[in-house]
Amino acid sequence: MHTYIAKRILIAIPTLIGITLLIFFAMRILPGDPIAIVTDPSTGAQQRLSDEEVAKMRASLGLNDPYYVQYARWMGDVLRGDFGQSFWRGEPIRELIVRRGQISAEITILAVVWSWIIGVPFGILSATHRNSWLDGLSRGVTTLFQAVPSYWLGLVIVLVGIVWFSWRPPLSIVYFQDDPGRNLQMVLGPTFALGLGFAAVIARLTRSAILEALHQDYARTARAKGLRERMVIYKHVLRNALLPIVTLTGLQFGALLGGSPATERAFGFPGLGLALVQAIGERDWMIIQNLVLIYGVIYVVMNLVVDLSYSWLDPRVRLQ
Amino acid sequence: MAELTATLGARPLGAPEEIEPIEVGGFSKGLRRFARQSPAGVAAAVVLGLIVVVGALAPVIAPYDPLLNSFAEVRQPPNATHLLGTDHLGRDVLSRIVYGTRVTLLVAVTAVFIGEALGFAWGVACGYLGGRFDLASQRVVEVLMSMPQLILALLLVVALGPGLKTVIIAIAVTRVAGTARIVRSVALALRDLAYVEAGRALGASTPRILVRHIAPQCVAPMLVLISVSLGGAIFTESALSFLGVGIPPPEPSWGNMLGGVLAEAFKPSWWLVVFPGLAVSLSVMATNVLGDALRDFLDPRLRGVVE
Repeated sequence: MHTYIAKRILIAIPTLIGITLLIFFAMRILPGDPIAIVTDPSTGAQQRLSDEEVAKMRASLGLNDPYYVQYARWMGDVLRGDFGQSFWRGEPIRELIVRRGQISAEITILAVVWSWIIGVPFGILSATHRNSWLDGLSRGVTTLFQAVPSYWLGLVIVLVGIVWFSWRPPLSIVYFQDDPGRNLQMVLGPTFALGLGFAAVIARLTRSAILEALHQDYARTARAKGLRERMVIYKHVLRNALLPIVTLTGLQFGALLGGSPATERAFGFPGLGLALVQAIGERDWMIIQNLVLIYGVIYVVMNLVVDLSYSWLDPRVRLQ
Repeated sequence: MAELTATLGARPLGAPEEIEPIEVGGFSKGLRRFARQSPAGVAAAVVLGLIVVVGALAPVIAPYDPLLNSFAEVRQPPNATHLLGTDHLGRDVLSRIVYGTRVTLLVAVTAVFIGEALGFAWGVACGYLGGRFDLASQRVVEVLMSMPQLILALLLVVALGPGLKTVIIAIAVTRVAGTARIVRSVALALRDLAYVEAGRALGASTPRILVRHIAPQCVAPMLVLISVSLGGAIFTESALSFLGVGIPPPEPSWGNMLGGVLAEAFKPSWWLVVFPGLAVSLSVMATNVLGDALRDFLDPRLRGVVE
C-alpha cells in the first residue's frame, strides 16, 4: 500500500511540472511577452505606456533574462509560497488567493453536496423503478440539466430573484466564519446553479451503477437468504454502487472548478473564478499565470486523492 | 447477393442456434436499425439538422439585420414585430439568435474537426508505434488533461488574443488529448491482433496497415467522440463569449448575448436571459442525446469511456 501511494505521488510530479511549463510558455512565447499583452492596443490594453516605461518595467520584472532564469525564479517563488503581486494594484496575490479561494472552495464543496442530495435519490428511484414513468421522467430531467450551462442557470436564478422576489444581488460578501447564516443564504444560488448539472451526472451514474450491482452474485445471495428488497438495495447494492459515484465526484471536481469563472460571473460572486476573469479583463498577467497554476494543481491533487481513495475502497486496484 | 448475405448472417458454421443473427447490411439498413433502436437519437439528429438549416439560411430566416440598432425600440419585450423582443440597443433578439447559430456552428464544427483529427492522428501513432514516442506523448496528454477544459481554453485565448480564430484554436486544443488517449487504447488493442500481424507478415507498409486495418476500427469511437465533442465545443464557446473573451461583439453569439445582460444587473430583461440560453441548452442537449444513442448503437463497450 505504501509503495503504491509513493508511486502514485511520484507520477503526479512530472504532470505538475508539465503544467507549469505549459502556463509559462503560453504566457510568454505566443504573443511576445506579458508586457506586450499589457501594452498592445489591439488587445484592448487599458493604459498606454511610453517605450521607456515599458523598458523599465520589463527590467524590473526580470523579463530581459533568458527564459530558463525566469522560469526558475517563478518556480522558486511559488515553492516558497510567494505568488508575486498584482500588476496594477500591487496587492499580494497570495492574499487574493486565500481571501477568494475560500469562497470558491465553499461553493464548489456545497455544489457537490447539492448534487449528492439531489442526484443519488433520483438515481436510486430511477434504477429501482426501471422503465416506469418515474424512470422516464427522471432520465428526461437528467438529460435536460446535463445540457444546461451552469452560468445560464445562475443568470436565470438571479433574474427570478430580482423580478419575483425583489431581491438585490449582494454588493459585498459575508464570510462563513463571520456570519454563517447570511453567508449560506448568499452562496445558495451559486451552489445550486453549479450543483444541478452535476446532480444530473450523479443521478445518471447512480442509476447505471445500481442496475449493474442489482445483478451481482452478492445481491442474489442477499435475496436468497430472505432479505427484503429494500434491505438488499440499501445494505448491499448501494454500498457497492457508491464506489464509482465517489470516483466520479472526485474526477468531476475539476469540471466544477472549471465552471466557477462563468458561474461566479453570473452572480457577481467574488471567488477565485471571478478574480481570474477580472485579471484577464485587466491583462494582469501575474494573477492569470498563478491562478491558472492553482486551478491545475488543485485538479491534479484531486485526481491523486481519488486514485488513492479508490485503492483504499477497492483493494483490487492496488494489485494491478 | 441479398441471399448470400442472409445465409452468411443467419447461421455462421457451427454457431449455437440461440445466437441472434447479426444483421449485415449497408448504410441505409444500418440507419433504419438505428432509428428502430433509438427514437431519441433520431429526434436529436433532426433537431441538430434543423439547427444547421437555421444557420445556413440565416439571412432568409432572420426578420431583421442582427446588427441594426434602433434606439426607438430599446428593450422591448416580445411582441408581434419583434417575436423575441429587442436588446439594449434595440436590436432584434430573434435575428441575433439566428445569426448566432452561424457563429456557434462555425466555431464548434471547425474546432471539433481540427481537434478530433489531430487527436485521432496522434492517438493512432501512439498506439501503433508505441515506444519512446508514445511514452513522451502520454506525458503531454496527461498535462493537457490535468487542467479543467474551460481554464485551459481561457489560458489559450488570453495567450493568443481575442477573436474567432483564437476561439477555434483554443477549443480544438481542449479536444485533442482526450481523443488521443481513447484512440490510442483502441489502436494498442488492435496492434497485436492476428489479422494485423498477418498484414505485417505479408509485407504491408506501416501507412498501409494504419489506413486499411487500424483506422476503420476507430470509426465507431470517433463518431461518438465527435458528437459528444460538438456539445462540449458549443458549451465552451458560449462560456468564453459570456466571459467576454470569445466572439467579440457586435457580432452576435449566444454566449456574448448572455454576457451583455450583465451590464444591466439590476434590471435585467427576462427575454434577453431566457432565449439565448435556451438555444445553447437545446443544441448541447441534442448533441449529448445523439452521442449517447450513437454510442449504444455502435459500440456499447464505450460506455463510461466516452462521457
